[in-house]
Amino acid sequence: MSRLEILRFALRGLAANKLRSFLTTLGILIGVAAVILLVAFGEGASQSIQQSIQRLGANTLTISASFAGGGGGAGGGRVSAGQNAGPRTQARSLTLEDARALTDREQVPSVRSVSPVVTANSATAVHEGASHPIAQLVGTYPSYFEATNKPVESGTYFVNDDVIAARKVMVIGRTVAEGLFGTADPVGKPVSVSGVPFTVIGVLKESGSTGMQDADDVAIVPLPAVQQSLTGFGALGSIIVQATGADATDSAQAEVTAVLNQRHGITPTGTADYRILNQATLQETVSSTIGIFTALLGAVAAISLLVGGIGITNIMLVTVTERTREIGIRKAIGAPRSAILGQFLLEATVLSLVGGLVGVAIAFAGTRFTIAGISPVLVPSSIALALGVSVGIGLFFGGYPANRAAKLRPIEALRHE
Amino acid sequence: MTVPVLSLKDITKVYGRGDAEVRALRGVSLSVERGDYVAIMGASGSGKSTLMNILGCLDVPTSGRYHIDGTDVGSLDERRLAVLRNRKIGFVFQSFNLIPRMSALANVELPMAYGGVGAADRRARALAALEQVGLSDRVRHEPNELSGGQQQRVAVARALVTAPALLLADEPTGNLDTASTEDVLGILDGLSASGRTIVIITHEDDVAAHTKRVIRLVDGQIIEDRRQAPVDGLPPRMPEVIA
Ligand SMILES: Nc1ncnc2c1ncn2[C@@H]1O[C@H](COP(=O)(O)OP(=O)(O)OP(=O)(O)O)[C@@H](O)[C@H]1O
Ligand SMILES: [Mg+2]
Repeated sequence: MSRLEILRFALRGLAANKLRSFLTTLGILIGVAAVILLVAFGEGASQSIQQSIQRLGANTLTISASFAGGGGGAGGGRVSAGQNAGPRTQARSLTLEDARALTDREQVPSVRSVSPVVTANSATAVHEGASHPIAQLVGTYPSYFEATNKPVESGTYFVNDDVIAARKVMVIGRTVAEGLFGTADPVGKPVSVSGVPFTVIGVLKESGSTGMQDADDVAIVPLPAVQQSLTGFGALGSIIVQATGADATDSAQAEVTAVLNQRHGITPTGTADYRILNQATLQETVSSTIGIFTALLGAVAAISLLVGGIGITNIMLVTVTERTREIGIRKAIGAPRSAILGQFLLEATVLSLVGGLVGVAIAFAGTRFTIAGISPVLVPSSIALALGVSVGIGLFFGGYPANRAAKLRPIEALRHE
Repeated sequence: MTVPVLSLKDITKVYGRGDAEVRALRGVSLSVERGDYVAIMGASGSGKSTLMNILGCLDVPTSGRYHIDGTDVGSLDERRLAVLRNRKIGFVFQSFNLIPRMSALANVELPMAYGGVGAADRRARALAALEQVGLSDRVRHEPNELSGGQQQRVAVARALVTAPALLLADEPTGNLDTASTEDVLGILDGLSASGRTIVIITHEDDVAAHTKRVIRLVDGQIIEDRRQAPVDGLPPRMPEVIA
């Protein structure tokens, strides 16, 4: 008796009860698709958030003024220097002097570069009639490019001389370049921002946008240039500090905190008037949070897979009971135990395998859709796991009733009503 | 003398235990030669079906020895027993026992599928067997599309298609009308004439009259074993049918 023959019997058995076979398959299908899809969404969310964090730059601390006071507040990785309580001295904003103080090699040895940043929001750039509202117009120092991981693709960066001379030069992001120049090369072209003429000297490499914010809708100019013409010489928006290495971010944070506390007159018990966002800490916190989140999603999906498996057991038990007489007839005309066992095992396996494969196909189709700004990323191991589990369920849960059927003595099976 | 097809020694069968104990067979010894055509008769509950199930290796005796074609059945494991049922025995049930939702042809092919016969050969032999029982025009029909007599003829075709040494039939005509009974008995007579060994259970003297030997059971014991025709002759009703 060949395997093919047994497979034919199994398929015939399934075809004899199409609706039931279909519904059982559906249970497994939903389970497998859910496992793969949910894990893919978790992975997609994780990757997109990691990317956003990475865009803050490598090994960087972002210092921003905090007038909210009183510690706490939402946001992972947010670290307040000096914890709550105590009366606050007058809150001071971040100044260029603060930034200069952080370049002191003696007091802050772990710091590699310091970039003061001012941001002008909703500045509209115009070039020969084409206009584009720049989401983020950043005035800063040249070190900003490296610290925030924004390499120039064509043209050049601006240099320290440009900053000292407050030259009106501009490095623009891909979105701005397309908005103003289309396909033409923007380098060397004049652009006016709120009536102030700038010259484009470089275009940033596309960083790719994920989710909410377009990271390429940006223009970067020397700090004094934007202060002179657009924001005035007031407070800084933030200071970006790059540490000397990945393992130096924590010590850099401690050193920066010490310097700023001293400069802002913050006592050890006082509340800081600034806050430091540590990119490394943030990344750790976020990835562990997302890990838990993904595991939970996976667990929920795994339960539905298990329920599907119980469905198979149930159906196989019913099938075997219902067909006990048929099993008796088959044994009476000489079917060996292995053939009976094989037939019912194969029925269960085909059900779960078909369910599993269609589930995988549906999951593949499902991951092409972007939901809530998250594009799912298939995790190959989740496919293998879901398929493996579904076939395993078929074999394991189908095995019990199948074995029970195969062990019956022919006369017992024949007498069954 | 050649080895008998069937040889039973002191077969007993006890169902249940304690108060519910039923001694269905109380020491049956019997030997059936190749080519014999035997009817087993007896009142209801006398143990006929019990004996037949043991002969067909569908059930195991409580004690006693049983040989088919010289093979000791008690010494066979599950796998060899399946092979034995497949190759040596054809069983016809009172209640037909065809597999539902499978065509007559597929039902007849089934024993050969388990016996490992190739697909083309199987089809040819199944068609030949169905033709032998006069059902060439019903091969595609499923059991629920066939009359009782036709179903029983399919069952006979299924039993004889593997050319077994032994054809067993438990009241094959019990559920059939006179005309269908004659059809089925005609087929069995033909098989007997061609040398097949047949054992059938029946309540009816008319049916028993077709056989060469009649065994009567009472309370699980053989009380009469009467020969009505020689083993190597034609079945007694054959000449009438021909004439
Ligand atoms: N599975 C069983 N469990 C318990 N007792 C049984 C079982 N099968 C048969 N018996 C008993 O064994 C005895 C013989 O039964 P058997 O079926 O062999 O009778 P029979 O001669 O075939 O009768 P009938 O002509 O009505 O078919 C009966 O008393 C019956 O009650
Ligand atoms: Mg009976």
